[in-house]
Amino acid sequence: MRVPLSWLREYVDLPEDIEELAERLTLAGLEVAKIEYLGLAARAREGGHEEGGRATLDWEGIYIGEVLEVKPHPNADKLVIAVVDYGRGPRESVTGAPNIRVGDHGQKVAVAEPGARIIDAYGPEPKPVKVKAAAIRGVRSEVVLCSEKELGLSDDHSGVLILEQDLKVGTPLSELLQDVVLELDLTPNLARCFPIIGVAREVAALTGQRFKTPEVEWHPTGPGISGQVEVEIWDPDLCARYTAALVRGVKVGPSPFWMRRRLTLAGMRPINNIVDITNYVMLEWGQPLHAFDYRRLHSPDGPGKRIIVRRARPGERIVTLDGVERALTEEMLLIADPEGPIALAGVMGGLETEVTASTADVLIESASFSSTNNRRTAQALRLMSEAAARFGRGVPPELAPLALKRAAQLMRELAGGEIASGIVDVYPVKQKEVELELDPREVERLLGLAVPRDEIIALLERLEFACHPQGEAIRVKVPWHRLDVSCPADLVEEVARLIGYDKIPATLMAEPLPPQHRDRTLELEEQVREILVSCGLSEVITYSLTSPEAGAKLDPNSSPEDYLHIANPLSRERSVLRRLLLPGLLETVAENLKHRERVAIFELGRVYLPAGKGQRPREPRRLGIALAGPRERLSWHVKPRAMSFFDLKGIIEELLRGLGLEGRFERPSRPHPSFHPGRTAKLLIGGEEVGLLGELHPRVKEAFELELEWPVLAAELDLEAILALARATPVGRYRPLPQFPAVLRDLAIVVDEAIPAERVAQAIKAAGGELLRELVLFDLYQGPPIPKGKKSLAFRLRLQAEDRTLTDEEADRLRLQIEARLAEELGAELRK
Amino acid sequence: MVQIEELEQQVKALAEEGRERLEQAGSLEECEAVRVALLGRKGKITELFQLLPQLPPEARPEAGKLINTLKDQFQEALEQRLAALKAETIERRLQEEAVDVTLPGRPVALGRLHPSTQVLREIYRIFSGMGFQVFESPEIETDEHNFQLLNIPPDHPARDMWSTFYLVEPGLLLRTHTSPGQIHVMRKFAPEPIRAILPGKCYRYEQVTARSEMMFHQVEGLAIGRKITMADLKGVLTEFAHQMFGEGRRFRFRASYFPFTEPSLEMDMDCILCGGRGCRVCKHTGWVEILGAGMVHPQVLRNGGYDPQEFTGFAFGMGPERILMLKYNIDDIRLFFANDLRFLEQFSGGPR
Ligand SMILES: [Zn+2]
Repeated sequence: MRVPLSWLREYVDLPEDIEELAERLTLAGLEVAKIEYLGLAARAREGGHEEGGRATLDWEGIYIGEVLEVKPHPNADKLVIAVVDYGRGPRESVTGAPNIRVGDHGQKVAVAEPGARIIDAYGPEPKPVKVKAAAIRGVRSEVVLCSEKELGLSDDHSGVLILEQDLKVGTPLSELLQDVVLELDLTPNLARCFPIIGVAREVAALTGQRFKTPEVEWHPTGPGISGQVEVEIWDPDLCARYTAALVRGVKVGPSPFWMRRRLTLAGMRPINNIVDITNYVMLEWGQPLHAFDYRRLHSPDGPGKRIIVRRARPGERIVTLDGVERALTEEMLLIADPEGPIALAGVMGGLETEVTASTADVLIESASFSSTNNRRTAQALRLMSEAAARFGRGVPPELAPLALKRAAQLMRELAGGEIASGIVDVYPVKQKEVELELDPREVERLLGLAVPRDEIIALLERLEFACHPQGEAIRVKVPWHRLDVSCPADLVEEVARLIGYDKIPATLMAEPLPPQHRDRTLELEEQVREILVSCGLSEVITYSLTSPEAGAKLDPNSSPEDYLHIANPLSRERSVLRRLLLPGLLETVAENLKHRERVAIFELGRVYLPAGKGQRPREPRRLGIALAGPRERLSWHVKPRAMSFFDLKGIIEELLRGLGLEGRFERPSRPHPSFHPGRTAKLLIGGEEVGLLGELHPRVKEAFELELEWPVLAAELDLEAILALARATPVGRYRPLPQFPAVLRDLAIVVDEAIPAERVAQAIKAAGGELLRELVLFDLYQGPPIPKGKKSLAFRLRLQAEDRTLTDEEADRLRLQIEARLAEELGAELRK
Repeated sequence: MVQIEELEQQVKALAEEGRERLEQAGSLEECEAVRVALLGRKGKITELFQLLPQLPPEARPEAGKLINTLKDQFQEALEQRLAALKAETIERRLQEEAVDVTLPGRPVALGRLHPSTQVLREIYRIFSGMGFQVFESPEIETDEHNFQLLNIPPDHPARDMWSTFYLVEPGLLLRTHTSPGQIHVMRKFAPEPIRAILPGKCYRYEQVTARSEMMFHQVEGLAIGRKITMADLKGVLTEFAHQMFGEGRRFRFRASYFPFTEPSLEMDMDCILCGGRGCRVCKHTGWVEILGAGMVHPQVLRNGGYDPQEFTGFAFGMGPERILMLKYNIDDIRLFFANDLRFLEQFSGGPR
């Protein structure tokens, strides 16, 4: 909302210091987003400045002048010579403005002297330029008669700005135009401050000034309205009140400059005096109005016109003011005459009954429509008009006749019409009077600040709440213009706002600490992050929204139906909820590989899976890991080496160790489409499959544009299941340190290459029994002299007894047993 | 017979010889050779002892003393020489082992937490000091939880405050704020008093620009009890803000509006960038908004299962990314989920 202070001042006296006023408003909830200084004040503050592409001027060297005489230009048909006086004797100006014609005199205009800055109306951009005296087609033009565009007031350059007659010649223009505009950012509950009068009420209450209650003048002189207009409300659930007035014999034309100026400052474009008046009253009072061309309403049953407020019928259509034909649904409220729709109630008028240059009789509508229905209609038609913006937030029915009369009176004054006696006022659903009981103890209970009852009353009365003490409590009558107040807590907020939030003390809760419930899952989740970071992985957070195509890059068998879809996506790329973390992670890897050679990242986040009908979707936690590039960062210490499956596996083993879990890694029974068929494992914990890890399939690498020679490793783990298992794992017992020394033995064997290392290890463990305390595979070798199809494995065994020192003989005996077992079970040969 | 004078001369000569030979010995091996030559089984000093019986008996004690002194002195000199040689050897090796200390160290691969995680942890830490515990609630919400139970009926004008992503499944949406978590946590614990922190991802139907994101984190706070006041809210938030942003900052509270709190407020901090003088970041006001809050609306308390006559509560909501943007003067919110490691790695060791 834009609030010109010159306008606001009509309803409340303002303090000197505008910055301070703005701060007071901001602290009370009317956030002043910007203070715009126009004219002299701007110069004093920061000099002319650019704002929103439009240059603002200080109007120095521009004065109000009077046209004394207009003479033809000797050398040009389209130009004239205007003689003007702006307090320094007659000056000549050559102009081509169509509204300054030979023979004219007496108009008040804005005259710019040489040296004054005006907007260049002819340049490609509206930039300020300095006025210079110059000869135009042989005649010296000493001054410029300015258009609105040249004065930086609007884009209108169709003629010279003609000012009000009663202005004094020689007055600096800045005195007329200087103003300050507050730009308010209003929350939805502050619809009451959309209009100037609403802001004035707040300012009055906050500064302790008197709110100058506007008196609505009303001078009807025409014949009675009854018989000329009748109104029927067929759907009172959507229209609580409909008032109408008739002004006949108006002359449609431009509004006076002051009104156009105020509309422009408030952010609206002037149209013609009738439309401008409806907008002006809306800006001032908050009541959207509509003006119909009375004569264009159909009246098949006689001379009087009949307005019907009703829901649209199936298939009904209307062409709105913007020229668009709109198909209506039966939920939309219409203003109709007996022949059909004439307006979309509270949203936009119809083109057919629009006020035009030839309109003589105007029917003014001032009504109250259901805010919900109005919002739905405006949203369904994507038609966000100024009227809908207000009705959608609620307009009190009590306001309708006040605004109606104000508009009719202005039309009489500015467009020369005659007001029909009386108004039409159909009011089927009276606005509820809200009465609340407020106990001062409630104020203290909520604010933590005791406010005496009389002070509460005094504060609320500043906002026009009628208060009556009732015992300890106060009976509070809510004024009709406060639709936002409906419970005592609302009143407490009003009290707090007026006292000032800064006056409320700051305390720490005196209340005893409530029972503490720890969430182990969240704690473990943080632990997982900790472990992975210490493994050298960096955390990323990717979008939860993705596309089925991104998922298909990983798994061509996936189908769009598997996903939860967004009904109103911003883009195809973000149209479904992810089912996997890996697509987002791999996109992140690809992005980062553009500027670095090594990426090691993880993401811990939710995926989103459809559940059965009527059930909420599931959001299980997942852990994704991706590794790409060399194992070590490039340095002089090592030659670059590729990362392999085992780098990834090592991280996951470390993670399991950190969580106190034991996992098993198995080749999947069927190859997974995302991974290298020979370099993939599923992770099992206690028999439960909890994820997959491996080297990406070259097809996937290509699909994600991971253009590097080295393998990319990735894992996606069901963290929800892993953390549940970790939660269920009892705290491990401490194991006493060994009392007796260990004996080390190395064992190198040759087996078929198809035998998994883990089978060999298991056989060793089985044969080693309790004495085998630790087993490390420290060498794996294939190639000469090992025969083809075989591999050599070398293990280090740590042998230790708990009750004695093992002798060399015992250790050798155990090794022999192990060797025998390996030979028997796996056909292993001892390597010499 | 050998005379004592003769022996004295020999001792003197041997003392001289020992000193000279040790001096010339340049290695441990040479030292050993000297030792053998003098103190070995056939060494020259050892042989002197064999002269003793040939001396007159009265001179023998004197002579024995002489020889022993010679032996002791030689041994001492030998040890000194050995120690010196060892030290020399070590010194030489150390000199040979010198490296170019300006060569870069071996890189350590350490990961980093995402800055949003870091700031979330900081928030948890500060509020856990005031008895708040972390809870989670779903990201896919029902219209009922995200709006209606928070006092925002369908078609309420306040719905304009949240542009919403809806799911194709009717009634479901992506939560636009963490506030529906208030309802979940209240319904779980009513009528117990509550102090909870509810973090998580939120979503808004908004074009992604430097200033607005379709996805962001939020942290909701909720305290419900029998004596919770707005003064407590101010106290808790001020304590939080001082810990998060540092002691020197100024804060202010201004009236605002959220349908689920009454009274509602927003908390501002003096602009870090300009120190309150006014700049582009604070839109020339000198203040930047850091969070929204208020006293839980009686209807919301009822919806959560609490009697508003008996209980009061406060709630607040803040954005970790916004906090980071203010603290580090980050001007583009998209950086957080673009996941450029060059950006993410700048945030080490938690917020300062
Ligand atoms: Zn600033």
